Amino acid sequence: MSLAREVPVGATTAIRASWFRGFISNPWAKPRFLAGFTWLYIIWSIAPVVIAVQISFNAGRSRSSFQGFSLQWYQGIFDRASENFDATLLAALGQSLKLAVITMPIATILGVGLAIGLARWRGRGSGSANALMLFPLVTPELVMGTALFLIFANLFDTFVKLGTTAQVLGHVTFSLSYVVIVTRGRLFAIGREYEEAAMDLGASPGQALRRILLPLLAPAIFASLFIVFAISIDDFVISAFLCIEGCTTIPIKIYSAARNAGNPSLNALASIMLVSSLMAITFAVLILRAFNRRQGNTRSAVEDFARLEI
Amino acid sequence: MAVPGIAWLIILFILPFYAIAAVAFGGLDPIFAGPAPTWNPLEWDFTAFRTIVGELVSGGPAQIFFRRTLLYIAIAVSISITVGYPVAYYVSRHGGRLKVLLLTLMIAPFWMSYLMRMLAWVNLLSDSPETPGLINQLLVDATPFFDSPVNWGAGNAAHMTVILGLVYGYIPFFILPLYAALDRIDRSQLDAARDLGGSPRSTFWRVTLPLSKQGILAGTVIIMLPMFGDYYTPDLMSGQNKTRIIGNQINSLIHTQGKAPEGASLTLLLSGFVAILMLYYLISVSRAAREARR
Repeated sequence: MSLAREVPVGATTAIRASWFRGFISNPWAKPRFLAGFTWLYIIWSIAPVVIAVQISFNAGRSRSSFQGFSLQWYQGIFDRASENFDATLLAALGQSLKLAVITMPIATILGVGLAIGLARWRGRGSGSANALMLFPLVTPELVMGTALFLIFANLFDTFVKLGTTAQVLGHVTFSLSYVVIVTRGRLFAIGREYEEAAMDLGASPGQALRRILLPLLAPAIFASLFIVFAISIDDFVISAFLCIEGCTTIPIKIYSAARNAGNPSLNALASIMLVSSLMAITFAVLILRAFNRRQGNTRSAVEDFARLEI
Repeated sequence: MAVPGIAWLIILFILPFYAIAAVAFGGLDPIFAGPAPTWNPLEWDFTAFRTIVGELVSGGPAQIFFRRTLLYIAIAVSISITVGYPVAYYVSRHGGRLKVLLLTLMIAPFWMSYLMRMLAWVNLLSDSPETPGLINQLLVDATPFFDSPVNWGAGNAAHMTVILGLVYGYIPFFILPLYAALDRIDRSQLDAARDLGGSPRSTFWRVTLPLSKQGILAGTVIIMLPMFGDYYTPDLMSGQNKTRIIGNQINSLIHTQGKAPEGASLTLLLSGFVAILMLYYLISVSRAAREARR
């Protein structure tokens, strides 16, 4: 009797022990527990968003349970004749896209210049310039938003009012560092040899930059454009702090409406934003991958992305 | 070439910080009740700043919000480490052929709007009586413990819900730097540990874990920084007074209560506090970059 009871108890401890051993692991065993855990994590992290997208196609008016397929909430955004039409949704989509598209070239041009300058600058001040460039990445957005809000409201207000222009200036400020990091990674990979060879062959520094370095940097520049688009369109705090009225973006709209009893049109709007930023990032990864292939780099571009010290 | 970028950052990053100080140490406009910043340091007035420091020291609202912020962050970071370490470890060590797929799935939330991901949970946790969210449907229909949908944004559950939101929102940012650190570990060091007679367990505790310590610290700091500036997660997941944290207080002082000097003072104190974390992170990143270049 007592023996029969002991066997299953022993068996469970053995299973637990092997889970544990699997976790702290050796490089050769197959850690089933870890694999299951990882997949559970991934499902937990993705499924809520997938469900939110599914609800954007809801035939019912509920934002929490799916009652059949319909496109009515997308019509509510785009189709003025639809009974669900809400002009503020289309306005938010327009504002988000406008900010992202204007921010893209400004942040990319400034950032690429900054990256090249910093990489080729060996002198006094280069250390503090590097630190300055990294600070926007680690400053909590609330602090940066407060700072920008207070300066636009109190000092710059004579020539830039709070609104779209202030939002663009804010977006450029926080996306600049991402451009620098992406570009700098490529600059280190390219090395200085090509430029030096060009200059040995008689090119001026300007020609070396234009005809050698910039073409070599092209993938990083295009990738930066798409990354800036993605982080600009997802931004909430800076956009919200620099807006008084008439400049509501999609995230601001979500923030103000998520807790109200609403209909799935908010999900439809959020899904459009999700698709646009994921597409932008896919483009960025594909561009970097094409570049890696040509360089004979075997590591995948996704891995490079994971290694970016953002 | 770096000049325009640097000028941009000085005008729109450094100078605005000075504006926080000018507003914090300035007064209120008597007519419009808006902030009246004082740009000259010699004329600074520390009344509002003293009020906030007083609140922090004597248990006023600022201290309550600050302590709640620390508690939420401590719990959220602990959960992130417990969940994130095994995941990062598995993908870096055992990802195999699926590595790129796993990484893609892990990076995807990184590029989804934070607000959209919170919206997803608000919907899942909905307690609407006619059409409850998925979580409440499961609890009511599939378990015998609940008769009616639970309001997850209220009562004691509110704290749990906000922490869930924080973990859900920021954990990808923890996993990625940790993954990078684990992936950099040279496998031959693990082989050496095993060859020298280390058990799998002692190899993990004495080789892998110490070598990934930098990654854990970097990941911890990188998720703590935005959490200190968060106000939207409590607002969206609960929206109640009992879940307000320091970010909510700053946001409301500046935008709704018309107390910009107090709000700016609190922002200054918060910045001073997180500056320690920021400096730590910047130093460790630049050290890692220097080592990688070598």
